[in-house]
Order: sequence, then structure tokens, then C-alpha cells
Amino acid sequence: MVSASLRGRGLESLPLDEVKGRSLWADARRRFLRNKAAVAGLVLLVLIAVFSFTGEWIAAWSNEEIDFNVIGSAATMGMPSFENGHYFGTDDLGRDQFARTAQGTRVSLMVGLVGTFIAVVVGTIYGAVAGYVGGRTDQIMMRIVDILFAIPFMFVLILLLVMFGRSMVMIFIGIGLLSWLGMARIVRGQTISLKHKEYIEAARASGVPGWKIIFRHIVPNLLGIVAVYATLLVPDMIMTESFISFLGLGVQEPLTSLGALISEGSKAITQGAMWQLWFPFGFFVVTLYAFYFVGDGLRDALDPKDR
Amino acid sequence: MLSYIFKRLLVAIPTLLILIVASAILMHAAPGGPFTGERKLPAEVLANLNAKYGLDEPLWKQVLIYLKGLIFHFDFGVSFKYKDRTVNDILAQGFPVTLVYGFWSFVVATALGVLSGVIAAIKQNSWADYLVLSLAIAGAVLPGFVLAPVLVLVFTLKLGWLPGGGWEDGQWQYLVMPVIALSTAYIASIARIMRSSMLEVLTSNHIRTARAKGLPEWKVITRHALKPAMLPVMSYLGPAFVGMITGSVVVDQYFSTGGIGKSFVDSALNRDYSVMLGITILVGALTIFFNLLVDILYAWIDPKIRY
Repeated sequence: MVSASLRGRGLESLPLDEVKGRSLWADARRRFLRNKAAVAGLVLLVLIAVFSFTGEWIAAWSNEEIDFNVIGSAATMGMPSFENGHYFGTDDLGRDQFARTAQGTRVSLMVGLVGTFIAVVVGTIYGAVAGYVGGRTDQIMMRIVDILFAIPFMFVLILLLVMFGRSMVMIFIGIGLLSWLGMARIVRGQTISLKHKEYIEAARASGVPGWKIIFRHIVPNLLGIVAVYATLLVPDMIMTESFISFLGLGVQEPLTSLGALISEGSKAITQGAMWQLWFPFGFFVVTLYAFYFVGDGLRDALDPKDR
Repeated sequence: MLSYIFKRLLVAIPTLLILIVASAILMHAAPGGPFTGERKLPAEVLANLNAKYGLDEPLWKQVLIYLKGLIFHFDFGVSFKYKDRTVNDILAQGFPVTLVYGFWSFVVATALGVLSGVIAAIKQNSWADYLVLSLAIAGAVLPGFVLAPVLVLVFTLKLGWLPGGGWEDGQWQYLVMPVIALSTAYIASIARIMRSSMLEVLTSNHIRTARAKGLPEWKVITRHALKPAMLPVMSYLGPAFVGMITGSVVVDQYFSTGGIGKSFVDSALNRDYSVMLGITILVGALTIFFNLLVDILYAWIDPKIRY
């Protein structure tokens, strides 16, 4: 940007590599990296992701293996110990909590990311089309969003899961399809403010078709706000999935998720098996925190209004 | 004002109708009926059962019959699992319970949230402000299902102060933990919203005028700042209400309070479609009604709303 304006003033003779232009994204990255909480969140997230994908290799026991030494007396013998290889202890069935927690974290992260991806794709396209086309189409499309917003989402999601089977795919689709609404609203608002920018008008004047303007010129300029909102959507998704799994209506054994593990742990505490609650609880809380901090950092970095 | 209410009603009623028809169709279109279970029934028995519950009629007729019963007799039909109970019975039993602890959670969340938000804003950058802010961050990652087991662990198992579950006609001991579990996340959100909007209002011109004419500070806050600062909180109350109704499912499940959440999960596990449908519709109607109420209140407080 700097070099361009300098050139505009007829200062081409300046050695250009000395005043290297910074792109918007580079600017954002610098601001993000200066935010300590956000960077810490990002580091934590990477660590958690690494744990969730490699934890089952590191674990001495597989997540489906049953340790017959502890089965039946998990509350007294299943506590975390390095000697028998159960770093996080075992559950009531003698299954290794370390491997189970890794698996559950991975499932929760996957649901969060895939659900967000669906919500982002659907919401962005819907919002961009509504905002760009405008007029009556926009009104009808946004009225539909209003109506859907008034529907008790969790109840409908459970309804869907019960009726069409409790599979991972259904959870992905259900969560993703029911949570694009907020995204659509935000994207629409942003699109309307972009629509009257000169470069869009230039594109329209030179005969670029509408869909091409949306995908070439509008969507790329929405990426910042979409990224911020998506990061904040992931913990919501993880929470939703965990909520359903807590009720026993989510992912099914042998698959597990943080919510399912917390549910099991919450029953085990009456027998004194605290570790069954604390490990999944810890991973849940830390993951959510990390996402919130990263989201906040991204917002500060990308949203020019709040600086 | 009246025309505004009328206009909002014009949106609310079709929304409710769409919700009812869509979920009714969904229910009937789902693969596998309520009588497909582990044990396969002989074809004749299945046909008889379907005839008894009117499931052999064409889809549009079933939906129409259901709608007619619902609108003219407020009749949600019969349960598919409990031969001697109608859905109305089940709702009448659980709903008052949900309403009681839901009401208290709502009151506690709003009162504490607003109060702590205001204090944080007045004493910006003091220890009180930091306390509220850090509690708000902590509350954001503690949904009811995560908090509930921890509460039981502390108050029932460690301290022995409160019963770990049950309802007993809503005596206060049985009410405390459900209310804490349900309201914490919302206290946090409301406090955060209230703080930032209060900070914004306090810098506005009319507050400067009020201070300049020598009003004591508490009067400036209560008389001039509180009302405009409440507006963002007002618009959050709708979603908060929905969230609490949703959270009641977990409360019922974990504290055995016996509200409609319990019936919902039971019916979901039993594939008792008519009960699920009834609860979804009831919650949906409540949500729509509440959003309507909030919109009207909002319009009443904020003179800038055009109606």
C-alpha cells in the first residue's frame, strides 16, 4: 500500500525493497501475534489437537481393551498410575481413560470443525446471495432465517437424531445445518455494505455475472469476519455435541466424545472415582477457553472497528 | 404501538404453524415407526397398532387431524409407549416443575448479571471490575451439564449441605443447585453485555448533562443510564430464555427434578414420537411467545424503534 501511494506521487526512483508493502493479512497476523492470550490459546489448541491424534499411540492400552485387573473395582484400583499404564486411570469397565480421553477429544474437535465448516459454507453463500441480490429476495430469505431462529434448535436436533439414527454423519449434518443462521445474518450485513463499493460497481459495469461477483469479489472480502465468527462457532458446536452426548443421545459406543465422558464421569464421582470426571472436564474447559481466546484475538486482529 | 404488536403477531403465528407442521411431517416421514423395536412385531399386530393410532392414514390427513386436535382442543394426542397416558398428562406433570426452576434461574441470571455488569462498569479497572470480568470468562465455558456434576461433588458429596437431586415440590434446598447450574453461564454473558453497554452509555452526552447539573452519581446511574444500557441485555434475554429451556433437559436428567426435559429424553430414547413432538411444539410456542414479549418490551423502552 505504501509503495503504491509513493509511486502515485512519482517517487518510483525510491528503492522499493526498503518500503515493503504490508498486506492486510500480514498486518492482522502481527496484531494477532502481539496478543499474548490469543497466542497462548493457539498453542494450547495445537497441543490438544496433537494429543487427540497421537494420544492413542502413546497410550499403553487401546481404548477398547479391557483391563481385567481393574474391572469391577475401578473406583479403588483404577486410579491414574504410571505402573499399570493407565495415565488417566480407567473407567468402570476397565477401559483406559487416557486413550478414551484422546479419542473423545478428537471426536469433539472433529464435530466442532466439520459442523462449523458446514455452517460457514451454507451461511456464507446464503447471506452473500441475500445481501447481494437484495430487494424482495433478500426479504424473503431473511424472513426464513427469522423463522428458523425461533425454533428450539436443540430439541429439533434431538428429534432429527432419534428419527434418522444416531450416526456421526447425522450429528455433523444436524449441527451444521441448524447453526448457519447467525453466519447468514452477519454475512448478509457485511455484503450489503460491500455491495456499493466502487470495485463491485466496476465489475458490474464491465458485465461480470452476479454469481461471479459474489464468489470473486464479495466472498474473499468477507473472509475476515467469517474467520472470526467461525472460530467462535467451533466451541458452540463442541458444546452442543457434548450436551447431546451427555444426555446419551449423541455418539454411540465404542465412539465417545468429551460430553459422553463427562457424563460417565459425573456418575462415577459418587463412588469416588474423581479422575473419570476431571480429565475430560479439564480437556473440555481448556479447549473451549483456547477457542474463545483465539477467536477474541482474531477479532481484534481482523476487525478494524474495534481496534 | 398496537400496530407494532399486531405486526409482530402476524409473524409469530405463521412461525408457530410452520414449526408444528414441519415437525409433524418430519415425525411421520421418519424411517421406522414408533413400534419398530428390538422385537419384530408380526405384520397383523403392526397393522392393528397403526390403525389404532391412526398411522395408516395418508400423511396429510394425519397432520391435519393432529393440527385440528391441537388448535381446537389443545390436545397433543396419546403417548405411543404409555397406554394410559396422554401427552397432555405428561406435559401437565412436568411443565410446572420446569417453569418453577426456569423462572428462578431467569430471575437470578438477569438480576445478578445486570447488577455485576453495572458495578463493573462504574468501577472500571478496579478489582471489582476484574473480578466480574474473570467470572464472566469462567462462566462462558461452564454450561449446565459441566457445572452440575461439579456442584454435586462440592455441595452434596464434600460438604453435605444440599440433596443431590429430587424435587419435593420445589423446596428451596432442591432448587439451589438446578438454579446455579442453569443460570451461571447466563449471569456471565449478561454481566459482560451489561458492562460494555453501560460503559458506552456513561460516555454519552445526556449523562454528562446529568452530571453537570449536579445529580448524585447513583441517581445518574439509576435514572439516566440504566434504561438505555439495558437495551442490549433485553435483546439477549430471548436467546437466554431458549438456552435455559434447553438446559432444563440436563437439569432434569442430572438432578432428577422431573420436569419436561426428563420426559423429552425418555421419549427420545423410547422413540415415543408424540411426546417428543408435543414437547418440541410447546417449547417452540413458548420461545416464540417470549421473543414476542421481548420485542414489545424493547420497542417500549427504545423510542427509536419505528412501529
